[in-house]
Amino acid sequence: MKIVLYDVTIIGGGAIGCTIARELSRYQINVALLEKEIEVGFGTSKANSGIIHGGHHGSPDSLKGKLEWEGNQLWDPLADELGFGFRRIGELTVALAEDQLPTLNALKEQGEKKGVPGLELWDRDRLQQEEPSLSENAIAALFAPTTGVVNPYEACFNLIENAVLNGLNLFVSSPVQSITEGPDNTWILQTPKKEYRTRFVINAAGVFADRIAELAGVRTFSIHARKGEEYLLDKRLCGLVKRVIFPCPTPVSKGILVIPTFDGTLMVGPTAEMVEDKYNLATSSAGGQQVFDFVRNVVPGISARDCIAEFAGLRAVADGEDFIIGTTSKKGFINVAGIQSPGLTAAPAIATLVADIIRDEGLSMSLKDDFEPAVPKPIHFASLPTEKQIELARQNPSYGQIVCRCELITEGEILDAIDRGAKTLDGIKFRTRAGMGRCQGGFCTSRCMELLSRKMDVPIPEITKRGGESWVVKPRTELTAT
Amino acid sequence: MITAETQHLKPEYDVVVVGGGPAGMAAALGAKEMGADRVLIVDREKEAGGILLQCIHPGFGLQHFKEELTGPEYAQRFLEKVLETEVDLATDTYVLDIDKDKRVKLMSSDRGVEIVSAKAVVLAMGARERTRGAIRTPGSRPSGVLTAGLAQKFVNMLGYLPGKRAVILGSGDIGLIMARRLTLEGLEVAGVFEIMPHANGLNRNIVQCLHDYNIPLHLSTTVVEIHGSDRLEKVTVAPVDETFTPDMSRSWDIPCDTLLLSIGLIPENELSRQLNLRIDPVTRGPIVRSTMESSMDGVFVCGNVVHIHDLVDFVSQEALLAGRNAGLYATQQQPPEDNIRLVPGENVAYCVPHTISSDREHTVYMRVRKPLEASVLNLGEVYEKKLRYVFPAEMVNLKVRPRFLHEFHGDTLKVDIVPTAS
Ligand SMILES: Cc1cc2nc3c(=O)[nH]c(=O)nc-3n(C[C@H](O)[C@H](O)[C@H](O)COP(=O)(O)OP(=O)(O)OC[C@H]3O[C@@H](n4cnc5c(N)ncnc54)[C@H](O)[C@@H]3O)c2cc1C
Ligand SMILES: Cc1cc2nc3c(=O)[nH]c(=O)nc-3n(C[C@H](O)[C@H](O)[C@H](O)COP(=O)(O)OP(=O)(O)OC[C@H]3O[C@@H](n4cnc5c(N)ncnc54)[C@H](O)[C@@H]3O)c2cc1C
Repeated sequence: MKIVLYDVTIIGGGAIGCTIARELSRYQINVALLEKEIEVGFGTSKANSGIIHGGHHGSPDSLKGKLEWEGNQLWDPLADELGFGFRRIGELTVALAEDQLPTLNALKEQGEKKGVPGLELWDRDRLQQEEPSLSENAIAALFAPTTGVVNPYEACFNLIENAVLNGLNLFVSSPVQSITEGPDNTWILQTPKKEYRTRFVINAAGVFADRIAELAGVRTFSIHARKGEEYLLDKRLCGLVKRVIFPCPTPVSKGILVIPTFDGTLMVGPTAEMVEDKYNLATSSAGGQQVFDFVRNVVPGISARDCIAEFAGLRAVADGEDFIIGTTSKKGFINVAGIQSPGLTAAPAIATLVADIIRDEGLSMSLKDDFEPAVPKPIHFASLPTEKQIELARQNPSYGQIVCRCELITEGEILDAIDRGAKTLDGIKFRTRAGMGRCQGGFCTSRCMELLSRKMDVPIPEITKRGGESWVVKPRTELTAT
Repeated sequence: MITAETQHLKPEYDVVVVGGGPAGMAAALGAKEMGADRVLIVDREKEAGGILLQCIHPGFGLQHFKEELTGPEYAQRFLEKVLETEVDLATDTYVLDIDKDKRVKLMSSDRGVEIVSAKAVVLAMGARERTRGAIRTPGSRPSGVLTAGLAQKFVNMLGYLPGKRAVILGSGDIGLIMARRLTLEGLEVAGVFEIMPHANGLNRNIVQCLHDYNIPLHLSTTVVEIHGSDRLEKVTVAPVDETFTPDMSRSWDIPCDTLLLSIGLIPENELSRQLNLRIDPVTRGPIVRSTMESSMDGVFVCGNVVHIHDLVDFVSQEALLAGRNAGLYATQQQPPEDNIRLVPGENVAYCVPHTISSDREHTVYMRVRKPLEASVLNLGEVYEKKLRYVFPAEMVNLKVRPRFLHEFHGDTLKVDIVPTAS
């Protein structure tokens, strides 16, 4: 068997790896992406606030601050082409006390210096008029129209789907375990299943980027995990606030936000706590308490009773807090590390930066003539007008069958998600929202398992929540046998 | 099981019933009884019967049929009657929404999206289970944490087991029933943990499902942390004080691969909210008149949609009433309006219905907040009833007869359940 030599191999299929893969798929080069999980986007990129930051928060002197604003401006064409959920809903950074007003002014000035348009200071009257659910304690706010919300996991799925359409070689369930230098300026990456040869390696392994750099013998930094807990609220509260609500930042924290997610559900969080264990995704009662205690002062209509689900994600924080993007002492090994918040926002700018770096490093890259920028837009039955629903259900009866009752997701949408790469219950959930509503899968789990089993032709006990050991049921025989 | 799929729906019905569980079926029969001609039941499942179909244990029908039936048997008896009385039954059909003019939007894979209009509507969508988010149990999010009802469906309907060693959080009836079921299936059930100082399930279930199988019940104890990355590996449990604060110094770990949540049911109120029905914050179901009519004229509600029932027999009773009144509404023969409001007082969490009329007999259902030994129920000052043991898991019901109210001329009656003065 001929050994393939890839031009570029990306390690890690989070938002960063996926945007880089999609960017590189424009060029006539041979690219692979290795992801340790069963699907892409299952790391930090599915467990964050989903905000495309306005562009004014980060200092222009840091790489992070610069790429935040550059990235922000690239999201409209991306969402247009790839059809994932993205909307610029604007944000308010709210002052709850007089002494916070200078911070708002400084933030406005910083944004204007970076070229962020439309920043406005709103007084209490304007605030009460625009966001009547805000606490009376909110005395002023900085409004930024550039802030958006995105479905981050959907962005990853669609980016990768499009990259694959344009020739990317995607390998999931493929953890990189060793990295060695091969002959002629090549690298050899070893996974349990296979060996990959490549000229360039892009280290986009999130919280494990220091480990990957170490395997390659180029580690000059450590990545620490800073955990953030987020709490999702019942649909009942949809529309309570229209914009993302930030508290006034303090030197130690960006604080706890109220986020109208792209799908409309409110989410509150995140906390910020350093953790040793990079697999620690546990939520805590202290975290929940902190979030709801804080939010009560900002939007009094929200209480812990409205919580329907919670989760935690790990920010990959490098020493010095900035992003680490660039070449290393060994030719062909490029780090994209320490991509903490606002890494999602910055991702498209990071991707073009990485393409530039590879080109500068000598890879000849010409654009493909037949690059296909779009993926077919998935059908979202519930939001179609009645006539369209009637027509669709007549053409394809699977769209007449509700699988998820909370979010009104049809069998047709689930089958489509499986066709597009969903292999697990989480994969279905993050593509279609089936199981994300208030009953949290109580109703649809067994149906989704039946559909996965049928489509992938595996027995039901082999269906997992998110790969690995996350099985859901056992066959009866397994217990009676022991 | 008999299924009679209705092939073609009529464009107009007297009464459309949403949900074909015990509530929906009894309501349809009630409507027919009162002369409603065209009655339709819609259920999203392949068969009518609701949650009863997965309750393969006995214990149903002792009141209504005076014999002990399994859930599916109980449902079957109603279904046979429904089919005899020529009610249209659309299974595998989802009610997407209902508008102000009572046009009901339905969807099914066979017939696609259709709209039928109704003179009266009965909502009988049942309840859904509370999930982990509702109690915010700290820890990781592995697979193996699921509601007791979902586990029941896996075992009883699909023939799969949820794991090998289970812990049950919450002593609701479904959890108790599942503790026994899983034991019979060969799983080890390490214990049932209840944060309250008293059990939340029926006493007979504590005895028949836990005691008889030596499954320990730990009161005033809860799961404080969930561990495991892919699959559940263990839970940490700890006793709690009167303010429900766990005492971590007395916590312990239990290795298990399955955690069943039996932490309560919430009325399925998607459609109730869409219709803007007034909701009782305690029951989380619609506020109802004595006819089981909601705050919107011609929209009737019954069963777990209104408040959570522990016995299906009372569901059938309540639903029959709702259905009869829907039938009367559709044929324009309504009874007089209610004139008395019931107000839950001491140790009463809620009363259903919320209002009554002094010229008819009513059954009022209520739940106590705290268990009491010897107690007395006071209906304002007009009537008192001695009760023996009362506790939150068992619904209290009271027949209110017109004669109690002969002398009463007010418009509200407070209901208290207090200890007997000793
Ligand atoms: C709570 C929270 C809230 C946030 N909110 C925002 C926000 O609102 N806006 C914003 O812009 N940013 C936000 N961020 C930051 C943002 O989520 C991250 O910057 C972004 O997701 C990072 O993407 P990534 O691809 O670098 O990391 P990841 O998504 O973690 O991807 C890394 C991938 O590498 C894989 N991997 C690791 N090791 C190996 C290996 N050995 N072999 C193969 N694959 C491997 C992992 O499985 C993973 O899929 C937030 C972060 C957190 C934690
Ligand atoms: C595990 C368990 C054990 C129990 N044990 C006992 C016992 O031993 N003895 C006893 O007497 N009682 C018992 N009960 C209680 C009793 O069975 C329930 O209270 C009763 O089934 C509630 O009836 P219902 O018709 O209101 O709801 P359900 O039985 O839940 O029926 C509601 C129906 O509506 C359908 N539906 C909902 N929304 C829609 C929509 N939009 N469109 C179409 N259809 C819809 C649902 O699919 C369902 O079929 C038990 C309950 C459970 C869950």
